Amino acid sequence: MRNVCVVGVGMSKWGEVWRKSLRGLFVDAAMEAIKNSGVDRLDSLYVGCMASGPFVSQEHLGALMADYLGIPGLPAMRVESACASGGMAFRAAFIEVAGGISDIVMASGVEKMTDCSGDDATAGLAMAADQEYEVFNGATFPGLYALMATAHMAKYGTTREMLSTIAVKNHKNGAKNPVAQYPFEITVEGVEKSVMVADPLHILDCSPITDGAAAVIVTTEEIAKKLGKPYIKVLGSGVGTDSMQLAQRADMTTIKASTIAAERAFKMAGKTIKDVRFAEVHDCFTIAELMVLESIGLYEKGKAGPAILAGETALDGKFPVNTSGGLKSKGHPVGATGVAQVIEVYKQLTGQAENGRQMPGSPKIGMTQNMGGSGASSVVHIMEVA
Amino acid sequence: MTMFSSRNWREYPQRYRLEASKFKKSGKTYFPPRAVDPETGDTEQEKVILPDTGKVITYTVIRTAPSQWTDIAPYALVIAELTDGTRLMAQVVDCDVNEVKIGMEVRIEFRRVQTESHHGVLSYGYKFVPKWY
Repeated sequence: MRNVCVVGVGMSKWGEVWRKSLRGLFVDAAMEAIKNSGVDRLDSLYVGCMASGPFVSQEHLGALMADYLGIPGLPAMRVESACASGGMAFRAAFIEVAGGISDIVMASGVEKMTDCSGDDATAGLAMAADQEYEVFNGATFPGLYALMATAHMAKYGTTREMLSTIAVKNHKNGAKNPVAQYPFEITVEGVEKSVMVADPLHILDCSPITDGAAAVIVTTEEIAKKLGKPYIKVLGSGVGTDSMQLAQRADMTTIKASTIAAERAFKMAGKTIKDVRFAEVHDCFTIAELMVLESIGLYEKGKAGPAILAGETALDGKFPVNTSGGLKSKGHPVGATGVAQVIEVYKQLTGQAENGRQMPGSPKIGMTQNMGGSGASSVVHIMEVA
Repeated sequence: MTMFSSRNWREYPQRYRLEASKFKKSGKTYFPPRAVDPETGDTEQEKVILPDTGKVITYTVIRTAPSQWTDIAPYALVIAELTDGTRLMAQVVDCDVNEVKIGMEVRIEFRRVQTESHHGVLSYGYKFVPKWY
């Protein structure tokens, strides 16, 4: 297996981007990544996208994006694993470079979610759950994570304040991120007074609906060195899956797919969670961040909540989580999220995080965790400073 | 979402009669039925009917509802463990949503679940009601 590096990244401002179409969002991010990396060609392209069909009636994204990127003939393919589509697209690029099939591959993600009604967006997102046995019976995504939150609270005594603290912390980080959708701070009181969506989750426990794209250039260490731009090494990549239906999981208070993905990524990297300094994790809902930190082995079951309250995962804590603002503040254009997580790790490791968002102490190793649906699929990457 | 009647019809054995598969080796029951037991890889199975009572193991109240359910929102959505150990996700109806708690005893009833918006197909299935109801 060849060593794989990330050498250039691109991401435009996320939010309700009315001036940009699905392809326009992608092209902006992709051209920025090419420019920042200094590469003069691409060998192939992966596009992570969850639901362009339901959202804007457009499929066949590999060909569409290669065409509008202005590279006729480029091998291109879409990757879908619900909200983990971006992370999986990055993994596909990693595999292609590691395996020696191609030398310079773009991993990208895109989602255009505000060209349809809120109702249609919700229905499109719900396609990540079991249509016949969850959605048919009235489940929504906030509802599924609310069921997990209720179970976690009952089993471990997890509190409302722990969940609110996660939202507050991520907004504090996101306020310093120039591309975040909601770059402002919120308060614990504000979270708890916001509209209840699915008990116990309020609207400020939920990540928003977002338009956005992200792209990175994945290449060999040899080429990365030659380009002379800041780059990072990808040490490990892991994927795990679990029952689609929440009801069929033996333990609803943990994300087993993330545990499996993390174990595989750490094994490939020859590292453990103790070697990692910070993480970008999939906080589609506040409870998700808490459960993921337990699932990837950072905290024992039931111990993440108290650690979060104690500030351990804040920007100046001993293990900062979601320095980008996370899905909560940065936004969650589902297919782009996994790639944007890699971008934040790249920025932190190369000392390029903007506006005082840079972690202290020159971190050496960071990780990403991205997951699909209620956690039926998950992908983890471990990355190191070059 | 468009729900053609053929798609609905295919699920009748599960939604109308609660048919499940019980595997020989593990003795474990899966709902809906599946071809392979994920625990053992076993494919030998028999058809069983789920028991109709159980206890709530986790719950939520959906207050922001999809279009099919805005008329009944807020509604309680739970996962209940039935007396044979299988778990089922469904709404709890015919009670105050605030009464739904972990440990609450429920019974399955045959109910209308939704009216599909494009073709107006009435879709039936199972919902929970309080056991005493």
